Amino acid sequence: MRDVAIIGVGMNKWGELWKQSIHEIFVEAALEAIDDAGVDHIDSMYVGCMSGGLFNGQEHLASVLADYLGVASIPAARVESACASGGLAVKCGILDVMSGASDIVLVGGVEKMTDVSGDAATFALATAADQEYEVYQGVTFPGLYAMMAHAHMHKYGTTSAQLAAVAVKNHANGSKNPLAQFPQLITVDDVLNSVMIADPLHILDCSPITDGAAAAVICSLETTKRIDKKPIVKFTGFGHATASIALHSRSDLTTLTATTEAGNRAFKMAGRTPADIDVIEVHDCFTIAELMVLESLRFFEPGQAGPATEAGLTQIDGKIPVNASGGLKSKGHPVGATGVAQIIEITKQLRGEAGDRQVKNARIGMTQNMGGSGGSTVTHIMEVI
Amino acid sequence: MAIPNYWRSIPQRYRYEAAKCTGCGKIFFPPRIVCDECASRSFETINLSRYGKIVTFTVIRIAPSQFVDQAPYPIGIVELNDGIKICTQIADCNPDDLKIGMPVRLEFRKISQDGTPGIIQYGYKAVPVK
Ligand SMILES: [Zn+2]
Repeated sequence: MRDVAIIGVGMNKWGELWKQSIHEIFVEAALEAIDDAGVDHIDSMYVGCMSGGLFNGQEHLASVLADYLGVASIPAARVESACASGGLAVKCGILDVMSGASDIVLVGGVEKMTDVSGDAATFALATAADQEYEVYQGVTFPGLYAMMAHAHMHKYGTTSAQLAAVAVKNHANGSKNPLAQFPQLITVDDVLNSVMIADPLHILDCSPITDGAAAAVICSLETTKRIDKKPIVKFTGFGHATASIALHSRSDLTTLTATTEAGNRAFKMAGRTPADIDVIEVHDCFTIAELMVLESLRFFEPGQAGPATEAGLTQIDGKIPVNASGGLKSKGHPVGATGVAQIIEITKQLRGEAGDRQVKNARIGMTQNMGGSGGSTVTHIMEVI
Repeated sequence: MAIPNYWRSIPQRYRYEAAKCTGCGKIFFPPRIVCDECASRSFETINLSRYGKIVTFTVIRIAPSQFVDQAPYPIGIVELNDGIKICTQIADCNPDDLKIGMPVRLEFRKISQDGTPGIIQYGYKAVPVK
């Protein structure tokens, strides 16, 4: 099967983009990716979007977006795996190129979340949880992660200050990302004194509601020989796994089995281990998620990600830089776009184009994009040739 | 919740009806039609134990609109004596007194009201056992 490279990336400044429609946001990012790649056409397109239906009253999105991008007639598909929709779009594009069915593919993600009220957005997001046996009882997404956090604290002694350290670190990184929604610097005390949403998670432990899009152009490695773009970044592994979407159906509430499985599959395909990874973007929809993901991928032993974060090991100059982009927490979390934005950050890091947040000598990067409370995960490993 | 959906789930919400695999004995709540342990498609209906303990919990302070009048409210995961875990509110308690491992029992309660024209939705809530 064919090797797949990433040759172009595009992403807009994320935030509350009231003046722009979902079409415009997506096309802006897609055009930037196509220009960056320097290609004159794309053969097919995959777009991650969690809920155009509930956020914008618009389904059939792949055709809508292909039309507005001016490429209607190409095969295009919208893929959905809740907050992992973007990562899934990238995986689908890779499979398309690997198979030989397409040569140059646009993979993107978009979510326009502020066209509805906060309550309607909460409802839309909650459809990623078990409607009948979780949401029915009155649980919210912060509530599900809060229950994981409480279980993790009870089992390992993880503290609220350690959770806060994740948010502080990611905002510090995001302050160096011109596209981040919330680039403000915050302190541990700011987090601990912010309003409680679902104990023990404060509002500054939570990622925001965001409008945004991200896109990338990928192609076969042979095709990159025709394109003057150095350095070349190649996908060397990917993994995808599912788990029960109901938190209460899982045997252990302090680990994320889909993340472990998806991680193992990517590591095996790439012939790599966590020790080989120079920079990683993980799905920090809540601060506890970053800690549990790092433990589930075995970057740290169970219970050790909190102390490691407090000790600075996950900072840009630390042992394993995590979420140099600012993560979902600071960069923003337009759910369908997040997984693609992670790929963009790793591409920039590996090309040496990450500016003030550049990780030194980054040659091997990884992404982990998660749906719901952990019911799905998509991982990618990328390397400079 | 749509009325057909609510009606379908009454055996679970009112009577804790679960499916027990006749092949390996694994219990599913809500019921399933294929076992993920032994692939059996044969089940018997059982009623879950109404007693169990709190595995984890939180207090919802920012609630969805249907639950705003109840906030703040504790909600948790309870492991029933059969080993089945469920997500449920924890009622009749001071949230500050709750602890992981605390024994609870399930009671039949009003869960929420589905807007002005909608139905009143009932189900289970956990209550600490004194
Ligand atoms: Zn069985």
